[in-house]
Amino acid sequence: MELTQLQKDILEGKQGETLAKIMKTLMMYGEAFGATRMAEVTSDYNHLVTSFGLGVMKPVYELMDTLLKENALSKQKFTVDPRPLDPNVPSNFLQNIVFRYFMYSRQDFYEKQLQKLGLLDKDAFTCTCYMPQVGNTPKYGDILSWSESSAVVYANSVLGARCNRNSGIIDIMGSILGYVPYFGLLTDEGRKADWIIRIETSRKPEAQLLGSAIGMKVMEDVPYVIGLDRWLGSELNDEACTYLKDFGAATASNGAVGLYHIDNLTPEARKFGRSLIREGAKEFIVTDEVLEETYRNYPIVWKDKDAAPQLCFMGCPHMSLQQLKDWTDTIEKGLKESGSGQVMIPTVFTASPAVIKEFKKTDYWPRLDKTGIVLSYICPLMYMNNPLSAKMRVITSSNKLRTYTTSRYYTNEQIKDLLCKGGN
Amino acid sequence: MKEFKGRVITPGTCVSEAVVSHRGFNTLASLQKALQFVDKSAKVGDQNNPDLFGKPIAGKALCLPQTIGSTTGGLVLYCSAVMKRNPAAMLFYNPIDSLACAGAVLASVWSDTAMPVIDNLGKEFEDYVKDGMKITIKDDGIVIVE
Repeated sequence: MELTQLQKDILEGKQGETLAKIMKTLMMYGEAFGATRMAEVTSDYNHLVTSFGLGVMKPVYELMDTLLKENALSKQKFTVDPRPLDPNVPSNFLQNIVFRYFMYSRQDFYEKQLQKLGLLDKDAFTCTCYMPQVGNTPKYGDILSWSESSAVVYANSVLGARCNRNSGIIDIMGSILGYVPYFGLLTDEGRKADWIIRIETSRKPEAQLLGSAIGMKVMEDVPYVIGLDRWLGSELNDEACTYLKDFGAATASNGAVGLYHIDNLTPEARKFGRSLIREGAKEFIVTDEVLEETYRNYPIVWKDKDAAPQLCFMGCPHMSLQQLKDWTDTIEKGLKESGSGQVMIPTVFTASPAVIKEFKKTDYWPRLDKTGIVLSYICPLMYMNNPLSAKMRVITSSNKLRTYTTSRYYTNEQIKDLLCKGGN
Repeated sequence: MKEFKGRVITPGTCVSEAVVSHRGFNTLASLQKALQFVDKSAKVGDQNNPDLFGKPIAGKALCLPQTIGSTTGGLVLYCSAVMKRNPAAMLFYNPIDSLACAGAVLASVWSDTAMPVIDNLGKEFEDYVKDGMKITIKDDGIVIVE
């Protein structure tokens, strides 16, 4: 790898042993992918994946301490994934004790570390940092050192920024150094599509189901999706962006997609068209049957598959403002039709603190509150990942949450019916 | 017995038993329980991976196509290495992915655990290696399977 004089000096330890180790780490990481140089990080802010103060992740806190002691701070302010705890979310006495005193016992400690390292503000905790209300929205062509698979795939695909699927810790190291290795999704070549995906469904595909089917098929490759603009249109409006947020999260968690192009819609597809498709790209046709089969193949790990759900989580990744408004309308209408006053299953909608703040200024908030739904900034995934919550029968329309936990996936329409009419 | 040659991502030698996945290894879904709770054998918790679900991987030679899922993957792998709940080695049929590579590099630079990681071992290796086979890893990316 070719380094500038400044980068060579850092590697040789002229700015301290810790920075030298960071440079070595990023070089080894980049060299494995044929990186030829280090590229300057150009975004205003970074985004980190590790938001949770799990007691057991001592190695991370020790490493962070080392960085702080050596004054190796982030050159950029950063946002970070959602908090794992929120007292508003239903939990029993035992769960509260386990969450607070066993699992996330280092939460306060870790948040103080994040503040010292460069946290944007005390409420900068969300996986959807790119929402306008949050303000960490990279520009087209920006080079990022982000992690969080759903945020990376959104930044690359919908915003046209350039970021590899970086891991936690690598993310902050790029920000401390101000450079990331130049390879993969940072390069023009790495952004070309290996797959052509043809959408031939008879109706608008469920975003999370389509993302799951494509993710499991293409894994880490770049798909170029043809035929989705028929359902989403050719403008990146709120509805399309929300759809792509959920679609992308499913491609990234059910597979390892870091970038997708949607013909006639996403910025690079609009700019370069089908010239983004590599010669010899493989092809995958998505039909109603493909989506039904994908759905059928999800394992249900509940002990009693026929028992009624105990909790519903919606918003993994966190919901957009428009999504909260749309769901308020949907639930209100569903409850009116079923003659019910409130939802039949304890339900939590999750969104970023900034989006929640904006939502609470609208007249939708009292209407949602009336349905009995809890609005929270929590990370549902972190809530679920312990034996007590794992035994709960949780339903969701998030394919990311389904993948990482024991929760059961239903489509948005099914969730609406379960919440408004009950049943199992 | 068969010998294969791959590319060394992080160096090291070891003799271990193979645990084989033909699907992407979801690092967070697989190792989270092992890290959170007292499971030194690191039984895989990923319900979507029938090749590995419930099998212990600590101290084993994990043979896999790639890792998938959350970008906490590298960090999780790094923690598993510091906590000595990591695979003895990771052997990739395909080119390594960015998350696994991050984990391997972080473990190599920032911990005292030697976890040899080799990629590009190819389809023939994938077809040949089976659970329980003896794996010997040499310094230069040579993997002997018997």
